[in-house]
Amino acid sequence: MATIPDFTQEVSNLLYAAEGNPLKQCIQCGTCSGTCPVAGYMDHTPRRLIAMVNAGFKEEVLASNTFWYCASCYHCTVRCPSGIDIAEAMYALKRYSIWKNHYKEGLIGPVFSETFVKTIVKSGRSFEPVLAPTYIFSYGVREFLQEAFTATSLMLKGRIPVLPSRIKRLENFRQMIGRIIPAGGLS
Amino acid sequence: MKEYAYFPGCSLEKMALPYNLSTLESTRKLGVELKELEDWNCCGATAYFHVDELLANTLVARNLAMAEKMGLDLVAPCSGCFKNMYFTNLHLKKDPELAEHINFALEEDNLHFSGNIGIRHLIELFVYDIGFEEIRSKIFHPLNGLRVAPYYGCQILRPRKDHEDVEQPRFFEDLLSAIGADPIDFPLKLRCCGGSLIITSRPAALSMARNLIQNAIYGEAVVIATACPLCQVNLECYQQQINQEFGTNFSMPVVYFTQLVGLALGIPPKRLGIGAELVSAMPVLSQFQDSKQEKSQ
Repeated sequence: MATIPDFTQEVSNLLYAAEGNPLKQCIQCGTCSGTCPVAGYMDHTPRRLIAMVNAGFKEEVLASNTFWYCASCYHCTVRCPSGIDIAEAMYALKRYSIWKNHYKEGLIGPVFSETFVKTIVKSGRSFEPVLAPTYIFSYGVREFLQEAFTATSLMLKGRIPVLPSRIKRLENFRQMIGRIIPAGGLS
Repeated sequence: MKEYAYFPGCSLEKMALPYNLSTLESTRKLGVELKELEDWNCCGATAYFHVDELLANTLVARNLAMAEKMGLDLVAPCSGCFKNMYFTNLHLKKDPELAEHINFALEEDNLHFSGNIGIRHLIELFVYDIGFEEIRSKIFHPLNGLRVAPYYGCQILRPRKDHEDVEQPRFFEDLLSAIGADPIDFPLKLRCCGGSLIITSRPAALSMARNLIQNAIYGEAVVIATACPLCQVNLECYQQQINQEFGTNFSMPVVYFTQLVGLALGIPPKRLGIGAELVSAMPVLSQFQDSKQEKSQ
């Protein structure tokens, strides 16, 4: 009889880079939380989040901002005494929540990432100005003005692109993507 | 002359153009030729890996396959691009099934991944491939007395667990010493600057960057040197916002290590893109500019 994978297994299945990632072998030592430079801003520290994943607290995990606040600095990963690639597990949770379209309200991360991906599928290269609408509207007036000031200063120094850059063999590039993601998968 | 395939990455096209200029100028002076990958695509940054890992690996593999076609090792100046390329290369080499799947997609662009080249971060090229002796022999204007904070950031070293220097590296300090500068003791040199969070989690990113700048000031640095465009933008371009948010009064220039190396090699500041900073580096660097040298070139 086929068994339904538990939440830890589901997350691990989305984790190629850390295949066989032994999430279940977490000893709850807290080295990751002590190392994490963003822990103070997270709903749950990395240590607690791993315990929650292993305990099957799916709803609570998906409702937390923890993995969207992970900066991918990999400090936890290189220090984990159980050999868990924690930063990659955070990536897996991001993928899981985008896949299920289920994430904490008010987060900029998921929309930003998806817009970024669409830009690249379209042109092959990144272009900062099209990403601005994914976050600028969620800013307060003060933040908005600060951001506008920074952008203007950069523009005056010639550091903001005016036109998007694109690759030459774009048609081949798109067909290459088509062989990985079925048509309509990212539209 | 040593040759490498060169992957500048999206940031170096505009936002980090000074990094690109100073990389090309200083490597040329050191007898290394960087040949830009023709028609390279975005490495996927962190965002792509948030959405789909297989597709992200495919994007990276396209660049790897193009470098393989040139028969050259691949160099990336951006730590994010470097990490993506280094690990995709590793994963595909370890997993022939994954490589086969991705090669099926690459056929659409007449490319094939076989895993027969090395992947280098630009700073490794200076430290290990060119070497300090060679650099020292070409120094025109040593940066004597310049107190520099060597900021490694994250992804040059991590998550490479097997790297001997992962917790206490010294190579950045050694490189700075080789060009005559004075690297400070910088306890937060490996701490994350929050660059990848600046848009999505701004308060966290600003406070992380503030801690780093503060730490550099404690060490009496007059300039921070980086090896990553995201770190540079976060630490420098957002300094004004940090000052507004935290009531600090920072005015700490943040430059690329290639700009410092270039300066020591006698390349005029303008050709190294010095002058495009929001926090001007000229007040601390102008003493190393040599007007005679500028004219003779």
